[in-house]
Amino acid sequence: MSKKINLTIDGIQVSVDEGTTILDAASKLNIHIPTLCYHEDLCVAGNCRVCVVEQENSRTLPAACAMPVAEGMLIHTNSGKVRVARKHIVELLLSEHNADCTKCYKNGICELQSLASQMLTGDHMFLDLVPDKRYTIDRFNSAIIKDDSRCIRCQRCVRTCEELQSVSALGVAYRGNKMKISTFFEHPLFEVVCTNCGQCVNRCPTGALIERNYVDQVWDAIYDTSKHVVVQTAPAVRIALGETLGFAPGKIVTGKMVTALKRLGFDAVLDTDFAADLTIIEEGHELLERLKSALVDKDPRVALPMATSCSPGWVKFLEHTFPELLPNLSTCKSPQQMFGALVKTYYAKKKKLDPKNVVSVSIMPCTAKKFEADRPEMRSSGYKDVDYVLTTRELAIMITQAGLEFEKLPDSHFDSIMGASTGAAVIFGTTGGVMEAAIRTVYELVTGRDVPFEDLNITPVRGTEGEVREATLLITKTKPEFRFLEGVELKCVVANGLAYAKQVMQNVKDGTASYHFIEIMACPGGCLGGGGQPIPTNKEIRAKRKEAIYKEDMGMPLRKSHDNPDVQEIYKDFLVKPLGHKSHELLHTHYTPRKRY
Amino acid sequence: MTANEHLIRDLVEKHGTNRTALIPILQGVVETKNFISDTDMTEIAKELDLSAAQVFGTATFYSFLSTEPLGKYVIRVCKTITCDMHGKRTIIQTIEEMLKIKVGETTPNKKFSLLETNCLGWCHEGPAMLINEKPFTGLTHERVHDIISDYISKL
Repeated sequence: MSKKINLTIDGIQVSVDEGTTILDAASKLNIHIPTLCYHEDLCVAGNCRVCVVEQENSRTLPAACAMPVAEGMLIHTNSGKVRVARKHIVELLLSEHNADCTKCYKNGICELQSLASQMLTGDHMFLDLVPDKRYTIDRFNSAIIKDDSRCIRCQRCVRTCEELQSVSALGVAYRGNKMKISTFFEHPLFEVVCTNCGQCVNRCPTGALIERNYVDQVWDAIYDTSKHVVVQTAPAVRIALGETLGFAPGKIVTGKMVTALKRLGFDAVLDTDFAADLTIIEEGHELLERLKSALVDKDPRVALPMATSCSPGWVKFLEHTFPELLPNLSTCKSPQQMFGALVKTYYAKKKKLDPKNVVSVSIMPCTAKKFEADRPEMRSSGYKDVDYVLTTRELAIMITQAGLEFEKLPDSHFDSIMGASTGAAVIFGTTGGVMEAAIRTVYELVTGRDVPFEDLNITPVRGTEGEVREATLLITKTKPEFRFLEGVELKCVVANGLAYAKQVMQNVKDGTASYHFIEIMACPGGCLGGGGQPIPTNKEIRAKRKEAIYKEDMGMPLRKSHDNPDVQEIYKDFLVKPLGHKSHELLHTHYTPRKRY
Repeated sequence: MTANEHLIRDLVEKHGTNRTALIPILQGVVETKNFISDTDMTEIAKELDLSAAQVFGTATFYSFLSTEPLGKYVIRVCKTITCDMHGKRTIIQTIEEMLKIKVGETTPNKKFSLLETNCLGWCHEGPAMLINEKPFTGLTHERVHDIISDYISKL
């Protein structure tokens, strides 16, 4: 047990573990100290100074987020000195901040704005330096916009990009009053190693890093009566959307979300989960085919381990960082893009629609999906397969704009076709989910039996944050056609967050790890912690979303992708067979090596 | 391999690939060619397994690690308050008139660059300036004239 430290905060005695910060000690007493640069997921920076407190017998005001407690400390969090200091700090930040709030995407949800309002700033103590600053805005990217005029240099983005993602597309450049958050040589984001994961966007306290929003374009499509607007919703949206619309984290709002989308005016509300099930069928067969080529035909050209390809941030990361390992990436498109390709072919045909009049919209927990939809490869239907990608946050904006009282909406079901799904698809939203869904199907394909886990819950592959999870699955009593897998120990590895992905792939590259199957999600916790999810997102909230996802899985009547009736139908009607000609044309893709430098 | 890649390879061999080697390597580049180009930075990033933005951040932080080409002789006049009060402005004017460049510029023949710098620690003998590594103190209009003429004649 660690040593206890006794101190007094605002006259209240408290005893906390050694090493606790003043910020955390105060929060134990339900005293909320304001912060800006601090974020639970990141290392302490202590650079904004908004969290200063007064320590008796100390000349300076320490930053509560960085200062560990000490025995007998006497702390005042709300003295006159503290209040004046904090107000001046915020005013100084504002003196360099483009506070044109009504024109800012973060208006109403900006942390700086909320502090300014709390502290009643507004008496113009400091000069407005914004006109002399020559700030620039990078609007060249399809996913993320970087506006330096709104940046307060708290460096949450820099720490995110380095610590969580090991990408460091953003860094701190120059010095003193010229200091800024910059890419290499201030190149636009689309020219550098940025993966568009949006983790920086999710953590930016102001409007300096935001997603490019397509809200108006989607409204225009909905209003255009000549268009048939189809929307698909990703698994991780339904367990997080509620947070922005009045519910506590962890609430499953699938039914209300579907009702809301119908009320917004979408012509068909369908489910990305359908495409997730389809992905499992294609990817499962691809894995088996690769294993067969490696084990039976001893084909040296076949790349193993095979890695999942659903996370577009991860895909771009691999393209930049390990282009030599691109053959290891499954050729399956992500569920979003499979869905998009089918909407303008299969769906349009079934519904007797001209694909040129179909607008395909997707709701994603992700900013990288916007970039993915814009890739030149993603036009296999002959049109742009997915026209607009909205984040969970953008959908919440549309629901609010439409004046819908989300909490009171009744539940409804997804439309058909391409609306049915299984529990296996739902868990795509969490780290380890694609692996688990794939094993549920592959194991049954190979042995004819259910996976040997209670309730199909393959807990050993359920990843957690901050670790690389390895698991093995022994395959026995195979069906005759899969005899080559008899007694094979299928070696799997699951990682979330690109820093861990980098570790795994470095091991693969060095040959120090031998896996068969790799699942990687670019974001901490998987899609449930995606860059397009509600703000704030932190460890505690991610844990609640994860719980909700597994609950949703358990509540589904069908839990295995190959049991999805819409998937079975599409193979019968259209695709013929997994990895068949049509699949290759519409559901598979190729990748582009990119430069890391 | 280009001459630049050779230079960086040699510096990496000398200082290692630890992150702590970054500044000595950057200094080494400046010592040899007066400035660090974008390709130098990406080359260094590759060798040290850093991102290019990280190297750019470090290089732009230090004013003596120039990221733009400078002349053969870099004149840095101290801009801080003591030198200012001792007549830094006259010194700069004299140099500007002699070299026909403004602060921040380089002569067309790429021989001289004129910059300002933070405190050189010669407050007691201000105004002060550096030409490359060499300090000159107690400057007056006449003295600066002589010093610069000297350098011009050296070309």
